[in-house]
Amino acid sequence: MKFRKAPRKTVTEASQTFSFTRRAMVLGGLQGGVGALLAARMTWISVAENEKYQLLAESNRVNLTLIPPRRGWIIDRHGRPIANNRTDFRVDIIPDRLADKDATVASLAKLLALAPEDVEKIHEQLEKAAGFQPVQVSDNLTYEQYAAVSVRLSELPGVAPSQGFSRFYPAGASVGHLIGYVGTASAEEYKERKDPLLITPGYKIGKDGLERSFDKALTGTPGAKRVEVTARGKIVRELTTRSDTPGKTLQLTIDAGLQEYAGRRLGTQSGSVVVIDCSNGDVLAMASMPSFDPNSFSDGIGSLEWEMLSQDDHVPLRNKALRGLYPPGSTVKPMVALALLEAGIPASDRVSCGGAMRVGNTLFHCHKRRGHGALDMRGAIAQSCDIYFYTMALRIGMEPIAAMARRLGMGQQFDLPFPSQSYGTVPDPAWKMKKYNEKWQAYDTVNATIGQGYMLANPLQLAVMAARLATGRMLTPNFLMGAKRTPAASLGASAEHLFTIREAMSAVVNGGGTGGAGRMTIPGVLLAGKTGTAQVRRITMAERRAGVRRDASLPFKLRDHALFQGFAPFDNPRYAVGCILEHGGHTIRNQDSAPIASDTLSYLFDPQKATEKLVELEKTWGGTPAERMAAQMAAFRVQKGLETALTPDQMNAANATVAAVANASTPSANESNAAEEQD
Amino acid sequence: MVPAPIARLPWHVMILLFAIAAFGCVVLYSAAGGNIRPWASNQTVRFIIFTIMALTLARMPVSRFASLALPGYAVMLVALILVELIGGVRGGSQRWINLGFMQLQPSEFMKPMIVLAVAQFYARLPVGELRTWNAVWPALALIGIPWALVLVQPDLGTATMILAGGVTVMFLAGLPLRLFIGTALTVAAIIPIAFSFLHDYQQKRVLIFLDPESDPLGAGYHISQSKIAIGSGGVFGKGFLNGTQSHLDYLPEGHTDFVFATMAEEWGLAGGILLILAFMLLFRWGIRVALRTEDKFARLTAAGLITTVFFYVAINLMMVMGLAPVVGIPLPFMSYGGSSMLTVMLCIGIIMAIDRSGRQRRTDWG
Repeated sequence: MKFRKAPRKTVTEASQTFSFTRRAMVLGGLQGGVGALLAARMTWISVAENEKYQLLAESNRVNLTLIPPRRGWIIDRHGRPIANNRTDFRVDIIPDRLADKDATVASLAKLLALAPEDVEKIHEQLEKAAGFQPVQVSDNLTYEQYAAVSVRLSELPGVAPSQGFSRFYPAGASVGHLIGYVGTASAEEYKERKDPLLITPGYKIGKDGLERSFDKALTGTPGAKRVEVTARGKIVRELTTRSDTPGKTLQLTIDAGLQEYAGRRLGTQSGSVVVIDCSNGDVLAMASMPSFDPNSFSDGIGSLEWEMLSQDDHVPLRNKALRGLYPPGSTVKPMVALALLEAGIPASDRVSCGGAMRVGNTLFHCHKRRGHGALDMRGAIAQSCDIYFYTMALRIGMEPIAAMARRLGMGQQFDLPFPSQSYGTVPDPAWKMKKYNEKWQAYDTVNATIGQGYMLANPLQLAVMAARLATGRMLTPNFLMGAKRTPAASLGASAEHLFTIREAMSAVVNGGGTGGAGRMTIPGVLLAGKTGTAQVRRITMAERRAGVRRDASLPFKLRDHALFQGFAPFDNPRYAVGCILEHGGHTIRNQDSAPIASDTLSYLFDPQKATEKLVELEKTWGGTPAERMAAQMAAFRVQKGLETALTPDQMNAANATVAAVANASTPSANESNAAEEQD
Repeated sequence: MVPAPIARLPWHVMILLFAIAAFGCVVLYSAAGGNIRPWASNQTVRFIIFTIMALTLARMPVSRFASLALPGYAVMLVALILVELIGGVRGGSQRWINLGFMQLQPSEFMKPMIVLAVAQFYARLPVGELRTWNAVWPALALIGIPWALVLVQPDLGTATMILAGGVTVMFLAGLPLRLFIGTALTVAAIIPIAFSFLHDYQQKRVLIFLDPESDPLGAGYHISQSKIAIGSGGVFGKGFLNGTQSHLDYLPEGHTDFVFATMAEEWGLAGGILLILAFMLLFRWGIRVALRTEDKFARLTAAGLITTVFFYVAINLMMVMGLAPVVGIPLPFMSYGGSSMLTVMLCIGIIMAIDRSGRQRRTDWG
């Protein structure tokens, strides 16, 4: 068969040889062409694209690891550390270098006394981990544990003990809300900032409080380590290392000793104490208790501890000093009195208190059912007579009172380095119209003058009000040592009126008034102040007839708030204080607002004596806050059925502490009937 | 002065081979982290053994190869089928038969064997038949059967080389050009259509080959790392023993298929061009041997075999430079490994024999 269309072309040996020669030469030419093409291609890659590939080769070869910067210290006004860095010993496993996974983990578990759930977690992570990415076994080890692992390294291939830094708060829970805590950055935070430092192992950012507000200043510059690594991530050698620059030190106006004292002095109460320096508004202490231990938060809190804290009715997770809003109760009476004086009502004008008065359709009661009789302004403040203030306030109306409240810092939002603050309300006719579209009524004025109704304030505002009454200047709270401030403006109240108010506030404590329990034992130092009780429930007429129930007999959540604001010394004010006890109810004498405020201030004059007194008191409360928290945690574990492994001795100890705490917080043990007032 | 048998050795080509192989051993020495063992030493020993083998082949008469071409082809074909059967029984891909003293990889031997067989076919074909179908289909069958057997192993690289080697001989034998051009055009037209029939993952593989950087950690990893090694070498390289890509294990197969990248990283463009030039000289030698040979079988064989060696070099270099997919074709004399060196030396040995017979004839005439 022949090709159909093939031209008749005779193929001879000679023509075939010729064709072979031609085609072989073409073939040789093609080969040479391919060779030239390859040479050209290689030239392109290695000359034109040389820079690009050199970079790629370098980024293959060199691995840049960040060294987390040491966080700046937070120190108090005297230079005492409130937050510092502790050398942290940790142990990791490099999965690739493990010889016998199970045996290694088992011996580590024994050496470090790891809990079974931790061991399980390690196994889980080892399953997922690949190559040279370390898997954390444990951090926060003691030096002994670290050393125990280190000396056995030859038997434990793949185990890498190392040293880093972790945040430490020496005062523990008492600075929890003030300072906040640090933690590893969340996925969202990384997405937002895209900073590789955020995902560097061991690096933590400020999560709350001052740690969060000053995160930038406290974070230093990270160091870097350049190492040569193989494709599998094995480090061949270190190339260069640049050490980190620690963050800036942050000096606070806080007095660490006072802060811790205030936290401890709050005892088993759910409350807060704020102390302000009357010379410039510096905040010396701002404690909110109960609290959380920022140390355990910074290490990553356990779910059990979190559960316990969030279930506690004393709300340890809320910073009550800034975020707790309470009706200020009778603590506003000096403020109202100042408004009365400025409005032209003489201090000597008397009002006769018969125990109740009718405003509109409603009968308003004085906290003293039988009445106080005839009282002037000084007596009305000292005895906290409600009828006097109802009567007088109705004379001048709400506006001047609301204006005075605002000048004293109520309802004001201060410029503070905290993520959030609740700043309450000063009600007046315009506000009510705007908010509820209702006209202001006389009973609204009556309610507001005794700090009830719409009026709300936080403990810091209470302290600011005390400081402004004490100095006559519009001090603003400040947390940063040496911060630039404009001098505080005058309140605009006359010195004579202010003196009258201060004198009356001294009478509250020292002149047979409602705050007698807060008298100071420091020679020559008189505390001036004003107590307050804020009702959280309505007292019905039926209950009034039968006798108002004592707070002690009520469930915790229904008890009154106990408040105190004041300053010392009365004649030359140096320190102002605000204290609010949530549902304190004035039920326990040594844990009432006035004595707590008084003792806290006394620490500033005589720390040793104040501490001795506190230590005695704490014996009846079940120990220091740390001891009580540990006991609470142990009890919670028992309750959850988790700690069946407790020895009988431990069980007894835990139970005893819990019992002591319980005793201290129920009033039956030391019934005081210290209900100085009820509005 | 020099004894005649030694003087008559093809020294110029042997020096060329020695140079390439010595360079290969130097690169293997570096690839082993500055160590003779395990690669450089083994490679040297092998090269010496295979050189002796090639020189022995060179002393054989060309007619012996011609007479052995078709029987040898048949043996290899049977071996290929056996491999396929054994693989089918054992499950999975199988490329070799264990002969006890050595492992025989028939597909490797098929590369020179196909050239010999097709060359023998055209040598025997009467000249008048060259323009008929009878000149085409037997050759296509000779090529197609082993090609298909190797392709299903699957070994795309070797199958391509078998096909290319056979077709080269067909081309040289003098078949009408329009057959080749027509086939090439048809294939070019079919490729896009065939592509659309591929599965998604297969299409992805092809696309990744076209743009390896799109998947630098997956399928494109080999090519990416190879290009990084070559590109970062620059004009004169990073220096002997200073390659980071190879020494830190970023370059996979740095002593076998990607040995050129290992070399280029340390010796740069200069080393690469020299090596390519050396190979070009070798090919020129092979083509010239073919051109000056009168015997039809011999000249087809010489040109076909040198082209087989050329395909090794071209496919390998295109692969390491990102111009071809990763198909596992080693670089002759440079890549560590015995069987490819054996095949290449078989080719060289046979070409030497053809060269020798040609020279003898010319001297006889002269």
